[in-house]
Amino acid sequence: MLIVISMVTFGIFFVVPQWAGSTPEALASRYVGRAATPETVHLVAERLGFNDPIVVQYGRFLKGIFVGAEYDYGAGVEQCPAPCLGYSFISGQPVWPDLLDRMPVTFSLAIGAALLWVVFGVSVGVLSALRRGSFFDRLSMGTALAGVSLPIFFTGMVSLVVFSYGLGWTPPGGAWTDLTENPAQWAYNLLLPWITLAFLFAATYARLTRAGMLETMGEDYIRTARAKGLREREVVVKHGLRAALTPILTLFGIDFGLLIGGAILTETTYTLPGLGQFAILAIRNQDLPQVMGVVLFAAGFVVVASFVVDLLYAVVDPRVRLS
Amino acid sequence: MKRKSALAAAATAALALVLSACGGGGGGTTQPAQSASGAAAQPVANAALTEVFNPSTKKGGTLKAAHSADWDSLDPGDTYYGYSFNFGRFYWRTLTMYKPGPGPDGNTVIPDLAESLGEPSDEGKTWTYKIKPGLKYEDGTPIGAKDVAYAVARTFDKETFPHGPSYLNELLDWPKDFKGVYKTPDVDYKSAVEATDDTTVVFHLKKPFASMDYIVQMPMTAPVPKDKDTGAKYREKIISSGPYKFETNEIGKKFALVRNDQWDPATDPNRPALPDRIEVQLNVNADDLDNQLISGDIHLDIPGTGLQPAALGKVLPDPALKARTDNPTIPRLWYISVIPDNPPLDNVDCRKAVMYAADRVANQTAYGGEVAGGEIATNVMPPPIVGQEKFDTYPSEGNKGDTTKAKEALTACGQPNGFSTTMTFRADRPREKALAEAMEQALSKVGIKLTLKGFPASSYFSDYAGNTAYVKKNGIGLATHGWGSDWPDGYGFMQAIVDSRTIRDAGNYNLSVKSDKVDGLIDQASGELDTTARNKLWVDVDKAVMEDASLLPVVWAKALLLRGQGVTNVAYNEGQSMYDYIMLGVE
Repeated sequence: MLIVISMVTFGIFFVVPQWAGSTPEALASRYVGRAATPETVHLVAERLGFNDPIVVQYGRFLKGIFVGAEYDYGAGVEQCPAPCLGYSFISGQPVWPDLLDRMPVTFSLAIGAALLWVVFGVSVGVLSALRRGSFFDRLSMGTALAGVSLPIFFTGMVSLVVFSYGLGWTPPGGAWTDLTENPAQWAYNLLLPWITLAFLFAATYARLTRAGMLETMGEDYIRTARAKGLREREVVVKHGLRAALTPILTLFGIDFGLLIGGAILTETTYTLPGLGQFAILAIRNQDLPQVMGVVLFAAGFVVVASFVVDLLYAVVDPRVRLS
Repeated sequence: MKRKSALAAAATAALALVLSACGGGGGGTTQPAQSASGAAAQPVANAALTEVFNPSTKKGGTLKAAHSADWDSLDPGDTYYGYSFNFGRFYWRTLTMYKPGPGPDGNTVIPDLAESLGEPSDEGKTWTYKIKPGLKYEDGTPIGAKDVAYAVARTFDKETFPHGPSYLNELLDWPKDFKGVYKTPDVDYKSAVEATDDTTVVFHLKKPFASMDYIVQMPMTAPVPKDKDTGAKYREKIISSGPYKFETNEIGKKFALVRNDQWDPATDPNRPALPDRIEVQLNVNADDLDNQLISGDIHLDIPGTGLQPAALGKVLPDPALKARTDNPTIPRLWYISVIPDNPPLDNVDCRKAVMYAADRVANQTAYGGEVAGGEIATNVMPPPIVGQEKFDTYPSEGNKGDTTKAKEALTACGQPNGFSTTMTFRADRPREKALAEAMEQALSKVGIKLTLKGFPASSYFSDYAGNTAYVKKNGIGLATHGWGSDWPDGYGFMQAIVDSRTIRDAGNYNLSVKSDKVDGLIDQASGELDTTARNKLWVDVDKAVMEDASLLPVVWAKALLLRGQGVTNVAYNEGQSMYDYIMLGVE
């Protein structure tokens, strides 16, 4: 699947523009300074290999991943060991170390936010289902609707203006401290992005949990459990919630995998130097090696997350067992 | 039970974080400044245009800056943005520089590394610069003329340094077999640039050129030690020749400068070097950057092109914030290329019809009006360009367009009922879209029908409006463009956008001005050593372009700049077209 994704991404950048009549020089002119001479554009086209057939260019990319590549920086040649995702067309920096360097930011953001949205989303969903039609149910589902509806670049900017620049409770955009450097500062800096991101996702999880719980709590086996004299908490958590968790787990796997691939809007809004910001800059600069790198990275995480979720099905749902 | 415990623990942790944030107040993080002005000068709008606002000689503190994108390169040989030329003077020195400070004096070139301005000889084909004694790099090694010559020679290799200006590649008399200092290290390049002794740098040009002092204020002449040069990787570890050196440099994220103790202020009267430390954060959300500038979390917006539309709505109605603004006319022109590649625009009278039919007021409004957009442009060169003259070849009452003369021009070109053509614009730039719509409306009054096509900015020049084949094949008649000067004289502003010999396959800012008369005048002007005569020739170039009707000026751009809170020594420098960064200090 990753090979297919890499071919599609490569094609979007190289084949489609050529269909539209673009030449190697036209492609190269994106990566030179303003008013560059034709000689400069030609040299850059040569350097970036745009004059080679597409198959050769794609083969070079794949070769870099499996056996590494070399980068000529003028004053010498640098070895890029496998998996080498190439060098940025703009900055000349290798892509792979940059991705690894940015991963802790995105992981920190995703894990913290996921914790919040699962705890609050599922809890609110369960309570809403148990108190269907109550004021709490209406209020929480109304809030959830707002969470789903409001885009993060709006809630993010509003939260910064209110809590950072207005009240001064949270740091300004761009604040980032490594967990190993200062854990308290790490959490403080990420608090607002966590809450904003969790607000968006918790809404979906609350609504999904509520719907699932309403369905499962009406099942015969719930009535049987109650008839056996089990405590209500046990009935709700062990029999009701457990069954309702399966679709939530599926969604969580996809959401979390996508988020690890880059929480683009959140990282852009809060200027967090993670994979999402990396992705948006790569696209804005049309920096193909960076785009390829981050796309493959993100796709890889979605695959891994989906696999982990499949394994977790067996734990959550007794009807699913690995043979 | 285990899962329940985990959920409970997670909920407790989340709650604790929320509570600590509410009560803790920041765990050491700086709070947004409520008022950092203290006893500072009272803010007044446009105060930094003609004098230094909040003057101070106090040293110390950290100047915090942010940039909404990434630097093209921090390497002085590979960068081509105005903000980079301005900011780079913290860590590099060049042969000459713009005089620091406000007002028109900022257009004056003064010596920096050099003892005096260049000495032309051989009718302007040879330029000699003597550099000052006692100059040192950050590691204490001396800076000599050979370092400047080497720095210039290394930038010749555009495969390694594709971003920087190409002026010296074009102007100097390079040996035919020279491919750059890395590919042909044994080739002697003294036919182009040489160090004749420890302090003398000599440039040899292919033809007379008068603006050399402007060219050598560009960072290509910032010295680079040959033994520390790492080619394209030099941007990661730059050896400073200025008052600051790199402490950290995380490419694409942030960097910090600290004092360079080897810099001798006795050799450099132009840099007050007030802050102890300078921090720059990159790729900051542009709207958030403005918010941080307003609140005082940062002191400086690096690109220096002005506030974003979202912040304009907040700043302009607020008297306190507006008092912190400066609204200069900058040496930038927003314009429309009227491309003669396809009929009927290959006929000059049809192009003149476009000139007369355009509603300049509507075009200015599309660009954001007088304050945020700019002044209505009647000719090519903007007012800040030295020697500029304002004239109007296509006048109309109230600048609203002259439909009578437009129809006469249409009749003269054999299209009395008008014609159809296509206009391109950058789709992700709302002002350009509005401009295209204003043109569509104005031109329709005389029967010229425009089909509007928007394209992404990132490939606008490479694939569409700057691509010769695309323009010809798709019948593009009009295209929105913008250009800012490399230095404030006629050559620095106009050569790149009106000289037909610069046109290439793709990436063009000019596909419309293709006039032998204009090209001839450019050659005359660029070789004229007498300043007055040279300035007049550039005005003649401007007039010839307007008579050719292949470029419709829209506005001479204005920027709405916001002075950071707690910043001292703020002055808008005309040479830099932004605040003079090397003057800044913090309270």
